Amino acid sequence: MSGVVAGAPDRLGQRRRREEACRAWDGLAILLVAVLVEMVAAPRARAGVLTPESGGSPNADRIHSLYTVVLAIGLVIFFGVAGTLVVFLWRYRGRRGREGAQIRGNTRLEIGWTVAAALILVVLAGLTFAQLHGIVTPAASAEDIAAEQSGALYATVDQPAPPGGKALRVTVTGRQYVWRFDYPNGAYSYEELVVPVGATVVLRLRSADVAHSWWIPKLGGKADAIPGYTNRTWFKVSRAGVFTGQCAELCGRNHADMIATVRAVAPFEYEAWVARQKREIQQAERSVPALRERLKRDGEL
Amino acid sequence: MSVHAGTARRAAPEILLRPRRVAEEPSGWLGWLTTTDHKRIGILYITTSIVFFLLGGVEALLMRTQLATPDNSLIAPQAYNQILTMHGTTMVFLFVVPIWAGFANYLVPLQIGARDMAFPRLNALSYWLFLFGGVVFYVSMFFAPPEAGWFSYTPLSNRVYSPTGGQDAWIFLIHLTGIASILGAINLVVTIANMRAPGMGWGRLPLFCWSAFTQAIMLIVALPAIAAAVTMLLTDRHFGTCYFDPTCGGSPLLWQHLFWFFGHPEVYIMILPGFGVISEVLPVFARKPIFGYKAIAASTIGIAFLSMLVWAHHMFTAPIATVVLAFFMLSSMTIAIPTGVKVLNWVATLWRGSINFKTPLYFACGFLVLFTLGGITGVMLAIFPIDWQVHGSYFVVAHFHFVLVAGAVSAIMAGLYYWFPKMTGRMLSERLGKASFWFQFVGFVMTFLIQHALGLSGMPRRVYTYSASSGWGTDNLISTIGSYILAIGVLLTVLNVVLSLKNGRRAGNDPWKGNTLEWFTPSPPPPHNFDVIPVVRSVEPMRDIRADLRRERVGTTALQSATARGADAR
Repeated sequence: MSGVVAGAPDRLGQRRRREEACRAWDGLAILLVAVLVEMVAAPRARAGVLTPESGGSPNADRIHSLYTVVLAIGLVIFFGVAGTLVVFLWRYRGRRGREGAQIRGNTRLEIGWTVAAALILVVLAGLTFAQLHGIVTPAASAEDIAAEQSGALYATVDQPAPPGGKALRVTVTGRQYVWRFDYPNGAYSYEELVVPVGATVVLRLRSADVAHSWWIPKLGGKADAIPGYTNRTWFKVSRAGVFTGQCAELCGRNHADMIATVRAVAPFEYEAWVARQKREIQQAERSVPALRERLKRDGEL
Repeated sequence: MSVHAGTARRAAPEILLRPRRVAEEPSGWLGWLTTTDHKRIGILYITTSIVFFLLGGVEALLMRTQLATPDNSLIAPQAYNQILTMHGTTMVFLFVVPIWAGFANYLVPLQIGARDMAFPRLNALSYWLFLFGGVVFYVSMFFAPPEAGWFSYTPLSNRVYSPTGGQDAWIFLIHLTGIASILGAINLVVTIANMRAPGMGWGRLPLFCWSAFTQAIMLIVALPAIAAAVTMLLTDRHFGTCYFDPTCGGSPLLWQHLFWFFGHPEVYIMILPGFGVISEVLPVFARKPIFGYKAIAASTIGIAFLSMLVWAHHMFTAPIATVVLAFFMLSSMTIAIPTGVKVLNWVATLWRGSINFKTPLYFACGFLVLFTLGGITGVMLAIFPIDWQVHGSYFVVAHFHFVLVAGAVSAIMAGLYYWFPKMTGRMLSERLGKASFWFQFVGFVMTFLIQHALGLSGMPRRVYTYSASSGWGTDNLISTIGSYILAIGVLLTVLNVVLSLKNGRRAGNDPWKGNTLEWFTPSPPPPHNFDVIPVVRSVEPMRDIRADLRRERVGTTALQSATARGADAR
């Protein structure tokens, strides 16, 4: 818009100004559509553009479906409000010197939309509570999971036990900048948690130093590992595969490198793996005195 | 009401004969250093916080540049954490909160028809404390900046994991700016409660003043919690106490509770004055009264009250019983009601208006669209099972930049374009202003809309890099390009301000035909603000005054022509 036109109060200038305003709003609309199309249509090899990752564990799937419903309601509200705004801006664009309608409010209308907003929230809260049980309570392990795989007796204060009481209980300890996994039979591993397909895995999260947060997006939400506290979460993988995630709470300089991996394998493979892991750990522990002797002899210790 | 009655009331003898004495101030830079004039202090606040805004913006661009490509090694991990701590702390404590203090300082006495704040010297003290807080913090940049984030979670921020003095500089920043804010807030509450123009009851208080008043009360309630928390952190770090250290019986969760008990009201402290600006700008440019004055004022108070009850929604992933999470979900959702009411009232204000498309209106409409989206993602985050997936991810980064950049910063821009003529006597360029708006709008959407997707696909916040195999490269590059466009938009406004200070069109008293009393006095206003303090008869006193003047002028013209006719006849 040139300064000359803006300064000239003639009708031609006004019309041109209004046309330019239209063009601006057209431009805005095109931009928004373009952004949306980009978001939806850009080629991706992964989910999680408009909705969170899921497909690994029932809790992640339930969060996904809850999210999708909430998003749909949210988008309707957003486009309703934004659309109304754009229509008003277009419809009531002003002429120089003219005043708008002197309306100061409408009590009935205002009470109406306050109640409507409250009702929408009641619906959202209802949907959440309906899904909550399936997200918080660990699912039952598959039938073919043996009792001995399930580890120790299951007991906790604030997380309901999985039906049937069968679960693989793993203690996860975060430290700068690695996750350690302690299995029921005394084996442990770092960085990669190996679990049997079909078993409900209940995690007890702890931290050895600062706050960390456990997150494997496809296997459900986060749970913080805070020193001095034990947090809990669970997942149940129904197909073999590798699921990755990373620490989600700033834990120091190499926070970005604190990767976590879950590898789900067939139950018999898990049995073999966990036994081998335990054996190797025992061997390593036995070899420590010999190693120490050698280092002493070589003058390195 | 007849013209005579109006004139007689305005000329109430008490107001005319005993104007409050306003101190003479030295001219030049010494005047600025020693000033106790609320207008000068307001301008000091605003310029200082804009300088910090630009510093924080540079920090943001550094982070975006580092994240533009996967496995980038431009910025080392330690430096990245330092920059993200500086960015967050700067934007919250040294930009948004103080710039609102600046606007409130400048505008509240003018809008309520007072000659200054209640305690002018306290006001100056507030500003200098804020400045020193910022300086102490930024000086740490030359030694060892803090690197535990603006939220400084323990144990990461205790002496074992953050041994350098940078963390202590952060603590002193919180203390100094905190005292500054509390003093400023008390001053504002006293001013608004006691110094309103005759006739200005609470029901006629301008909506910006309502929001500033409510915000001030929130500051008074919320800031002591963080002041106590950082003092405890200081004694943990240096004097052997154990408030937050789990190795000797302390609780890291206690820090989280104390921090967010302050931290969530802080979010509304940053946005409420923005609501006030939008409530002032929309009616003026729609040439219509605000739709539902009472609902907007009441919802401001409602938001302030509820915002004190929602802090644990920042801690949904911490080890807390489910029933507690459910409470905080419901309380957080409830805030959406007064906020939604406001948005609908603002949209309805445009209904059947006669909309004047000036830059402040552009920014106000940008605010409406983007803030609504940020509010909706806010409700999604309040639902704690959903939060478990998106917490601590780029989804949250996107959400709060929608409410704080598209919300608070848009409102600050709208306020700047709206009140700059009053503060300087010069108009800002409309052409540069609209260009600045479009750059900011497009840049903003490009930077932050895509970040929702990044978070949903698993990218956590506060990571200095990510691997190419994650597939986050394209989205991050788009976001980075957007951030540069956004920066150009901000620079256009800075340029506009610099150019218009000297060369802008002269504004006159009332360039926008405003509704509130600041437009009654010359631009820039004299040190004593008003020669005569008018009696307030409605929510829109300037409208009444303009109507009175028009009636008087019509009367005078009629009288003149009658006299002239009489002279002709003779």
